[in-house]
Amino acid sequence: MSTQPARPIETRPEPVRGGAAIIGKSVVLKGQIYGREDVTIDGEVEGTVELQEHRLTIGPNGKVVATIKAREIVVIGTVQGNIETREKIEIRKDAKVVGDIRTARIVIEDGAYFKGSIDIVRAEAPKPAAVPPKPQPVASAATSSSPAAAASAGDIKR
Amino acid sequence: MSILDFAGASQATISFVTNYGHRLYSDDFVRQLDQVFGSPTALANGANFFENQANPILVSEFFNLALTFEDASFDGALVWDSLQFIASPLLQTVVAKLHRMLRPGASLFALFNTEERIENISTYAYRIQDHRTIQMTARSQRKPAQIFNNRSLEKLFQDFSSVKFFLTRDRLREVIVKR
Repeated sequence: MSTQPARPIETRPEPVRGGAAIIGKSVVLKGQIYGREDVTIDGEVEGTVELQEHRLTIGPNGKVVATIKAREIVVIGTVQGNIETREKIEIRKDAKVVGDIRTARIVIEDGAYFKGSIDIVRAEAPKPAAVPPKPQPVASAATSSSPAAAASAGDIKR
Repeated sequence: MSILDFAGASQATISFVTNYGHRLYSDDFVRQLDQVFGSPTALANGANFFENQANPILVSEFFNLALTFEDASFDGALVWDSLQFIASPLLQTVVAKLHRMLRPGASLFALFNTEERIENISTYAYRIQDHRTIQMTARSQRKPAQIFNNRSLEKLFQDFSSVKFFLTRDRLREVIVKR
C-alpha cells in the first residue's frame, strides 16, 4: 500500500464578473434589497430596493412592487411603488410604472404607461471650496455693524 | 405648481412642465375609461361602453382607479379631449371631482370637437412641444358621448368661476376654465 502525500485541493478563484447581479425571471423575492453594485431584476420583487450609488434595471419579465432608491434606473418591465433616483430614470416603451418619481432626469419612450407624479429634483451645484477667513484685527471686527462682519467677529472670538 | 395631465406620459410634456420647475401628475384617463367600461368583461353582458358608465359597480371601480386625489391638489389640469367620451351622469360627477381637486384660481384646459353631425371623431395623443405648439398625433376614431356647444359647456362648468372658448383649427373648440 503506497502512501502518497495528500495533494492540496486546488481552488480556482471565481472569475470576476463585471456585469450586474441578476435576479432571474423564476425568482420571487420578498424583503429588502440593499446593494453596492448594479442589479438587474427580471423576476418578482416585493419590498424595498436600495442601490444608492448604482444602477437598477428592471428587465422585461421583472415585476417589482417596492419603494426604490438608486442612482439610475431603467424600467423595461413593471414597477408599482415610489421611485427616487439621484441621476436618471428611463422608462422604456413597453414598461408600466405606477407610482411617484423623484429624479434629476427622466426619459420616457412612447408606448410606456406611467401613472403618478414626476418631481424633477435639480442636482445641487457643488459647493465652492471654503475660503479661509482673512485674519482681521479683533477691534475692527467687533465694532463693525454688518452681519457678515459680525459673523466674522463671532468666529474670531471662538 | 402641480399640474394634472390626462394625456398619458410623454417626454415632450414632461420636459415642458418640469423645465418650469412644476410638478406633473401624469395619467391616461381615456385608457382608464376603456379599462373599466370597455373591458371584455364589462361588455360581455350586452351593454355598450356608454351604457356601462351608468353601472354603479363599474363606476365605483372606475373611481377606485381614477381621480383619487385629495381636494385642492392641483394648480392646473390638462384634460384634453377626454371629457367627450363620458356620458351623463358620470360626466357631471367627473367634472365635480375636477372642481374639488383644483385649487381656487387654478385653470383647466379641455378640447371639444365642433362637428355636430358626426358619428366618430378622431382622438389624438397630445404633447406640448413649446409654449406655442401642441403636437397632435392621431390615435384612433371613436364615438363621442355627446357633442358640446358653447351653452352646454357653460352648463357643464357652471360651478367654475369662468369659461373661455376659442375655436381652433382641426374642428376643435379650446376651452379654458378657471376654478
